Amino acid sequence: MNTVWVMVAFLEALAALALPPLLMSVIAKTKAWFGGRVGPPWLQPYYELAKLLRKNAVYSETTTWVFRAGPIISLAALLTAAALVPVLSNRSPLGFPGDVILVAYLFALGRMFTVLAAMDTGSSFEGMGASREVTFGAMSEPALFLAFVVLAVATGSLQLSQMLGPTLLDEWQIAGPAMVLVIGALLVVLLTEACRVPVDDPATHLELTMIHEVMVLDHSGPEFAYITYGAALKFMLLGSVLLHVAIPHPESFVFLDPVLRVVELVALAGVVGVIESAMARLRLNRVPLLLAGATVLSAIAVVIVFARRTL
Amino acid sequence: MTYHPAIDTILVLAMLLNLSMLASSRLATCIRLFAFQSFLLALLPVGGEIAVGELPSLHAYLIAAAAIGLKVILIPYVLMRILRSGEIHKDVEPFIGFTASVMIGALAIVASFAMASRLVLPMPPFSDLVLPAALSTIFIGLLTLVTRVTAITQVIGYLVLENGIFIFGLFLLNRTPLLVELGILLDVFVGVFIMAIVVYHIRREFDHIDTDLLDELKEV
Repeated sequence: MNTVWVMVAFLEALAALALPPLLMSVIAKTKAWFGGRVGPPWLQPYYELAKLLRKNAVYSETTTWVFRAGPIISLAALLTAAALVPVLSNRSPLGFPGDVILVAYLFALGRMFTVLAAMDTGSSFEGMGASREVTFGAMSEPALFLAFVVLAVATGSLQLSQMLGPTLLDEWQIAGPAMVLVIGALLVVLLTEACRVPVDDPATHLELTMIHEVMVLDHSGPEFAYITYGAALKFMLLGSVLLHVAIPHPESFVFLDPVLRVVELVALAGVVGVIESAMARLRLNRVPLLLAGATVLSAIAVVIVFARRTL
Repeated sequence: MTYHPAIDTILVLAMLLNLSMLASSRLATCIRLFAFQSFLLALLPVGGEIAVGELPSLHAYLIAAAAIGLKVILIPYVLMRILRSGEIHKDVEPFIGFTASVMIGALAIVASFAMASRLVLPMPPFSDLVLPAALSTIFIGLLTLVTRVTAITQVIGYLVLENGIFIFGLFLLNRTPLLVELGILLDVFVGVFIMAIVVYHIRREFDHIDTDLLDELKEV
């Protein structure tokens, strides 16, 4: 029995790791559909990763080891986080009480090394992008943590795989509005952390308006592949957290579960594509208001969840 | 404790609309948000009675109809007319920035939850979110009233404040005579009517409705 579960978990992890570029492709296709175009082939992100992995990296003479370590540590941090976040089922490969803090700070670690690598190039554009990334990252963190507080109170656990488990079904009965607020906050966090439209525009060609893209301009070859894949992986992980809150699956779903989750993730990517097609990037000085709004949403959710338990 | 999903949703939405009113930089948006909030709240007298398992009374229907007629249709219409009629700045001009006011609004919501858990009530409300929603709407109405410069935003602040009192009144729905509640709504209408006239005259005299400048009329 035990070996079977290990095999299942292994296959599940493989499937989860293969999925992120496809989600990017879904976003690209949705945007193309809105623009009346056909869009790139479905497997284009995979081709690009394969191409980048075969190339050599070019390093600027002004950079140090920090620049080379950046993408590797970012990807490693995200892969570690991927082991702790339940993606395709209610279980995650690893987990211990309190791992929710570790997951949040693994994301932060990855971001920190991307930022350091960007600063290491000495390019003024990249420094600007780094400063923006850190600012918005710092502002989206309270929203994420307050959302985690809601989940912790709702499920009485500090382990991510349990916080996102089937117990949330009851919480929807007790404090439905709070859960909706958490979803709103998590969506903003997802769009911020994954550098998608209302905060950042991944398709922009002007360095002055970029945030994430401008930081990785100097990376090339396999390291750029790590960064591209890492960004997609981060999107999938935060998207999974969002989906587990929005649509908790009961325990009995065992084998249907992964299939449904893939469909849901693809649908979420479609929604993000629609958001990107329907609205423009916010002016930079309006972004803090959006993130403050997300924080306020989770804060109110926390208050409601507590009020329901103590009043 | 008592709760009902639809009522909860309306009350939480009302609180969020308060915050989005603080965040929006356009007067027209503020007015629309106020109209939407009033519409949601107008559903409460009827919805509240259904939630506690009673058949909605004529009393509740009348209050709802009066609230929709006045605060969803008439008052927003009057305000929009003033807005369209001429040389009014269509932007909100706050003393406190948008992000800061949203934060203060959020604090007000947290504070009203804290206060609501301490108040002793004559009878249990039909949802435990009623009291926090009422208090926070009153606080945020007050905040809008004191931190915004133009006369129109002050009218909106006054109206939001009244919406808070309306939620509060839902507690005592069966205890308050219909005449008193209709009297309150009439007061609000007259209040807005007078303010509209005042706004109109301020604009005619001074070419703008920045009430802050009226302070300078003081004799030294």
